[in-house]
Amino acid sequence: MLHMLQKPLEAQKPSRRTFLKMSAGAVGGLVIAMNLPRAAKAAAGSSEFAQPFVHIRPDNTVIVLSKHLDKGQGTATGLTTLVADELDASYEQVAVEFAPSNPQVYANTLFGVQGTGGSTAMANSFIQYRQAGAAAKAMIVAAAAQKWGVPAGEITVSNGVVSHPSGNSASLGELAGLAAEQDVPAEPVLKTPDKWVYIGKSFPRLDVRNKTIGAPNTYTMDFQRDDLLVATVARAPRFGGEVKSFDASEAKKMPGVVSVFQIPHGIAVVAKSTWPAIKGRELLEIEWDDSEAETRSSDAMFAELKDMTAKPGLKVREDGDVDAALEASARVLEADYEFPFLAHGAMEPLDAAIQFDGDTAELWLGSQLQTVDHNVAATILGIGFEKVKINTLWAGGSFGRRAQADSHPVAEVAFLAKAMQAAGMDPAPVKIVWTREDDMAGGYYRPMSAHKVKVGLDENNSVTGFKYNIAAKSIIKGTPFEAMLMKDGVDHNMTEGAHDTTYALGVMNMDQTLQETKVPVLWWRSVGHTHTAYVMETMIDRIAKETGKDPVALRLELMKDDPRKANVLKLAAEKAGWDTPAPEGRHRGVAVHKSFGSYVAEVAEISFREDGTIKVEKVTAAVDCGTPINPDNIRAQVEGGIGYGLGAILRNQVTLVDGVVEETNFDTYEPLRISDMPEIDVHIVASNEAPTGIGEPGTPPIGPAIANAIAAAKGEWVTTLPLTKAGLV
Amino acid sequence: MSVTLKINGETRTLNADPDSPLLWAIRDELGMTGTKFGCGIASCGACTVHWDGVPIRSCQTMVGDVDGAEITTIEGVNGKAAKAIQAAWNELDVPQCGYCQSGQIMAATALLSETPKPSDEDIDAAMDGNVCRCATYARIRKAIHVAADKMEG
Repeated sequence: MLHMLQKPLEAQKPSRRTFLKMSAGAVGGLVIAMNLPRAAKAAAGSSEFAQPFVHIRPDNTVIVLSKHLDKGQGTATGLTTLVADELDASYEQVAVEFAPSNPQVYANTLFGVQGTGGSTAMANSFIQYRQAGAAAKAMIVAAAAQKWGVPAGEITVSNGVVSHPSGNSASLGELAGLAAEQDVPAEPVLKTPDKWVYIGKSFPRLDVRNKTIGAPNTYTMDFQRDDLLVATVARAPRFGGEVKSFDASEAKKMPGVVSVFQIPHGIAVVAKSTWPAIKGRELLEIEWDDSEAETRSSDAMFAELKDMTAKPGLKVREDGDVDAALEASARVLEADYEFPFLAHGAMEPLDAAIQFDGDTAELWLGSQLQTVDHNVAATILGIGFEKVKINTLWAGGSFGRRAQADSHPVAEVAFLAKAMQAAGMDPAPVKIVWTREDDMAGGYYRPMSAHKVKVGLDENNSVTGFKYNIAAKSIIKGTPFEAMLMKDGVDHNMTEGAHDTTYALGVMNMDQTLQETKVPVLWWRSVGHTHTAYVMETMIDRIAKETGKDPVALRLELMKDDPRKANVLKLAAEKAGWDTPAPEGRHRGVAVHKSFGSYVAEVAEISFREDGTIKVEKVTAAVDCGTPINPDNIRAQVEGGIGYGLGAILRNQVTLVDGVVEETNFDTYEPLRISDMPEIDVHIVASNEAPTGIGEPGTPPIGPAIANAIAAAKGEWVTTLPLTKAGLV
Repeated sequence: MSVTLKINGETRTLNADPDSPLLWAIRDELGMTGTKFGCGIASCGACTVHWDGVPIRSCQTMVGDVDGAEITTIEGVNGKAAKAIQAAWNELDVPQCGYCQSGQIMAATALLSETPKPSDEDIDAAMDGNVCRCATYARIRKAIHVAADKMEG
């Protein structure tokens, strides 16, 4: 399938530099966000103000167009905050809609294509959306000046009201038509931070009301049309398996089933509604060809990974002769870590809807990489890019799952729509629904990985060397992103958070070996940091114990020229009362990690139940994500990021037996529940730095903070996850 | 076979297979999509509705079993507890992705209707079957306490 993407992707080729920025999480590239796409000024007589990022309607509604998918992280509200602040609109008059798919106008300026990920939404939009709001305000003011015959400089806008000392006053909506006829300023002047009315203060989420009344037309799963067809797909039980033969005669007899089609991904059962599509699929008789499939068990795959870490691999970082440094050390600490496959398990299973009439196509889905989804649909359907329209809908979670290099959910609906069209069916819209089992057993997991670490200490307790070998399947290799994201065959996504550590660890070398397997892997909330933060932060604690130093003090000693990291660590320690003993029966652990440009420190406080299992009682977090745009949403994302990481650390793993996934629903892949949720206390560092990500950075530190708390009680660090394997859950 | 039930106060007749889940009849036949499909095995609570005021998982309740029942979904939930819960959810910005929140609100409303002043243990017991993958649990807990205060006030 991937070969189909090469051509269209090349046509839209983002620069290698922008993708490297995404992968490195170095989101300081705001300079390239300065291009403000803008529509030409409107012809006279238009009553609506319509620029690419902001529309002002005569009814006084201000619509902000979100180029990013909102899958719960609050981006749609965040982008609206930026526009509303510069425009001085009132909170009550603003609303948000998802922008169409158009990479020329709506590209993520750090990716070069339209897409959401890497916690970049606010970072790449901070200037762009404020400029859009400032431009709109300048045009509103020019319109008022023209209408009232007064100097623009005497006009003020506040809380959606435009006024002049003469007593003239108007709403934004009343001036929208005239504003549309004004020149679009080339360099709109942005407010200085002291003038901000919403940024850094309060701007409640715009999607909460709909999400508390069960409003229709919110998620793809809820997409409805009178003539809508619903399909399920029977996919190979082993990754890489193919259909050898199938018999659909019984399935076709199921009331409500309309037809059955073979597509490259499996056998699609098309029905008039969801239940017959699910039940009809059970009646298919399919013989699978597993000759090219992954038939190993995850235990065998782990054994291979462990062997790989025992041998030299590709050089990710090479400070010098680490073996000599270790040889000359007084003591060497060694550890082997194992991390399992993890499913994303978003509450809304995957889904996508399409309508194709043979010439044009329209899609509805929670599209996370619109440009890739758009290209895949156009290529499969054999129509031009401009003949495809993508409607982005709110997504019921993603955690990375909706951003695939191969757009496989879109590919499925496109192949199905094409097959339906070729069969002469009426061009009705069709939605493919994934059941929970389809979603969980469908791969695209956080890669399983093995890590081998050796740390040398000299007589003075100084770290002399740090040798780190990692083995895993690459998320990037074999995808169209390989040419942009890998250098000399090395995948830096896999080692982010380790090879770029700011701890001074003597001679630090890092090798990686890439496992080959048919199990598809994908970025999972915080990507490489999901395992590197655990390894680095537990090893630092081991060094602290070995050298008799306080874990916080040792971190501060080892981190060089990293004041923001030191600051969040000190803040979290202070707020958690690190310098005072933990309450009776409780044990504390700390971790600090930088990811996606943001710094997060967490102190976890745990207790043990009578049966020896742990209860996470409290987590104190300190975060520096640059300028805090929406403090309450930052707190929410850190709370959620901690919960997401906690559930995985406690008891989540996807295992395979003879290539078949064992955990296929929430009964065996038991998610975090309310009774597991600790008290969480989040502290945000005041900052004037450019804003960085917050969707992901709360996740990496929680695992090692808990492991360090367990070690504080028991003296040993858990190195094989999840904690259920150690009998701690 | 057709089944007649009262849903959100309105008498409706379903022509669905009696062995099919109430969830899909509500969503696909009645066109009310506020009740969500999450797991299909009663493990996540996204499909929670009320049967005579009691929270049930509509994905594991069959159409044939609800003849004559009074069912309430998120679209129709009303009353003092529901209003207090929805107001608290808005006040604290509880939802993130929001997909589980219909079920959370139905479960929390049933809890407050039975136990107007729940303890943290009561909340754990009543809400543990409702999964939120965004882990908005800290705010759900707080919002239930806020709603309880609102009902009292």
